Amino acid sequence: MKHTVAVLVENKPGVLTRVAGLFSRRGFNIESLAVGVTENADTSRMTIVVSGDDNVLEQVMKQLNKLIDVIRVTDIPQEDSVNRELALIKVGVDSDTRAEVMQIVDIFRAKIVDVGVKSLIVEVTGDESKINAIKQLLRQFGIKEMVRTGKVAMNRGAKVVQSEKK
Amino acid sequence: MTKPKMSGAKAIIESLHMENVKVIFGYPGGQVLPLYDELYDADIRHILVRHEQAAVHAADGYARATGNVGVCLATSGPGATNLVTGIATAYMDSVPIIAITGQVPRPLIGNDAFQEANITGITLPITKHNYLVQDTKDIPRIFKEAFYIAGTGRPGPVLIDVPKDTQIETIEFEYPQEVKLRGYKPTYTGNEQQVKKAAALILKSEKPIFYVGGGIIISNATEELRALAECIMAPVTTTLMGMGAFPSAHPLSVGMLGMHGTRYGNYAVQESDLIIAIGVRFDDRVTGKISAFAPNAKIIHIDIDPAEIGKNVRVDVPIVGDAKNILKSMLKFVKQEQMKTEAWNTKIAAWKKEFPLTYKKDNFLRPQFVVEQISEICPDAIIVTEVGQNQMWAAQFFNYKNPRTFISSGGLGTMGYGFPAAMGVKVGKPESTVIDIAGDGSFQMNSQELATVVQEDIPVIVAILNNGFLGMVRQWQELFFNRRFSSTCIEGSVDFVKLAEAYGALGLRARKKSDVKDVIKEAVKSERPTVIDFVVEREENVSPMVPAGAAINEILDLE
Repeated sequence: MKHTVAVLVENKPGVLTRVAGLFSRRGFNIESLAVGVTENADTSRMTIVVSGDDNVLEQVMKQLNKLIDVIRVTDIPQEDSVNRELALIKVGVDSDTRAEVMQIVDIFRAKIVDVGVKSLIVEVTGDESKINAIKQLLRQFGIKEMVRTGKVAMNRGAKVVQSEKK
Repeated sequence: MTKPKMSGAKAIIESLHMENVKVIFGYPGGQVLPLYDELYDADIRHILVRHEQAAVHAADGYARATGNVGVCLATSGPGATNLVTGIATAYMDSVPIIAITGQVPRPLIGNDAFQEANITGITLPITKHNYLVQDTKDIPRIFKEAFYIAGTGRPGPVLIDVPKDTQIETIEFEYPQEVKLRGYKPTYTGNEQQVKKAAALILKSEKPIFYVGGGIIISNATEELRALAECIMAPVTTTLMGMGAFPSAHPLSVGMLGMHGTRYGNYAVQESDLIIAIGVRFDDRVTGKISAFAPNAKIIHIDIDPAEIGKNVRVDVPIVGDAKNILKSMLKFVKQEQMKTEAWNTKIAAWKKEFPLTYKKDNFLRPQFVVEQISEICPDAIIVTEVGQNQMWAAQFFNYKNPRTFISSGGLGTMGYGFPAAMGVKVGKPESTVIDIAGDGSFQMNSQELATVVQEDIPVIVAILNNGFLGMVRQWQELFFNRRFSSTCIEGSVDFVKLAEAYGALGLRARKKSDVKDVIKEAVKSERPTVIDFVVEREENVSPMVPAGAAINEILDLE
């Protein structure tokens, strides 16, 4: 089972190492990890997708909380949140297939952000299943390269993840 | 008021003064020269060890015995890496220490410079937190935070890595009044609803038992524990780290539990209907086969570290906070009249009678006898141990009365810990008799510190239970590897009396039971660093024993 955890951390060097090191030495599995600065310049937010049962999730959250540079750890439930990931996919095309690829891109409300003679780059944003679906469809044309950001997530409605609450 | 200007090195000394540090254990080197130059004039005692590992163990022993933060100091690279075992030891047993290491100058970091090691990276998983000084003006703040982090909440080691050029650079010194750490706010007061829930479970229980550990000692909660235990008339079992948290001779004490615990202690845990676990972490050496651990018991778990709760066992009532506060508030909600533990205590008394902790009483000099004699002659001594059989016998056969009188590497099980730790204990508690109950194997891992205790006049007593074996490993080989004593015989490795004398310490030896009393008395009377070589029965086993992987009531007496 997969869980999404939002981790507010001090925006300082070495913090990512502390978090990543914790996962490896405690034997937790990271599915994806995305990190960037928040509305406060001194605070970064990591979105970590971790696989395991509820006990694993509980230990992950408690162990993360023990790190001095971790300010707040919140579980973001799948059903009540917005989950997004961005992927860039370089697809091989020729004059015969270009139109078909563009049609698929259209259906997925993705974008073509670079066009070459033999390839183009598709930018797609969405939840994991959407990205997996377009990947599946584009595979027949030949995916030359693909990069994904890892998931970011935010609770719907008024609920916020803030640093002051810890 | 203008802030005084000073070098980073001087700022470190001033910070240590602000934290009331009176003693440092350390070893100099190239990248800490500016700091050692400042120490030369400072009003801080520096104890020069002979190996950095001893510095960190000594700081650890000092901290465990006094409850204050211990400080050690080493140079970069090999100096810093020699601290690693000691830092891991302190981390596993939640001991507050500050390790200060020199580092190559900032412009050289990352270049594989001479004596460079990434010590903050290396110690990441074994420190509560660590710092690399990147800006000299951060030194006061970092020291303030480091001492605060080390000594509060669940204590632990904090390392501060100080590049040489930051020791030289001048800053304006101002020590912060308070720390501002958004991500560190330990919980001290237990949730009252949870305390009430726990009290209700206690009042309903008929076979309650306290299972207490190092957390009681760290939080200075021994009196509250005793008051609560006597109020509800429940037996108390302690972990190795909890020795001294409850008087060994108290009628409610059932001794240690786990692999080498008492039979009655293990039976009581297994048959209990309620475990009141305080400052413990349900370690595998304690629980044995976890799925068979105390099958009928509900569990109340009190700990300051929320991550310990629910880590190894399911808990019915968790309470996060400081043991002392929680026990105090729990006392308000329990009443002796409502307890029905008489039958339970009768049963335990019968077990105690039937399965006492004992050993063969014959004419041979057995290690247990030596520990009993030490207990009799030096009842108020602080006992430090090495690791292995000596450690278990020290736990089993000394009569502990007070907290901070049993000092041992529990979690990491670090051989070579005892002697340097004893040195730190004696420095922190100079008025106490300090005895390292040692094995001939463990002692040799740090015996070079005889030079330190002689030079610095630190009169500790090392009582070697000398069986010419790495005894605990030998015991396992006897029991589980068909007596194939692979690489465990170290007989005749050194004459310990002559070794002591070579360093200028007093060396004594006892071969017979009748010699034991005299040599112990002579050691105490001498007020000198002393090594006593007790030549004991070679193949004595630690008994009883729970085989690894068995339930703790499947405990065996060994011959």
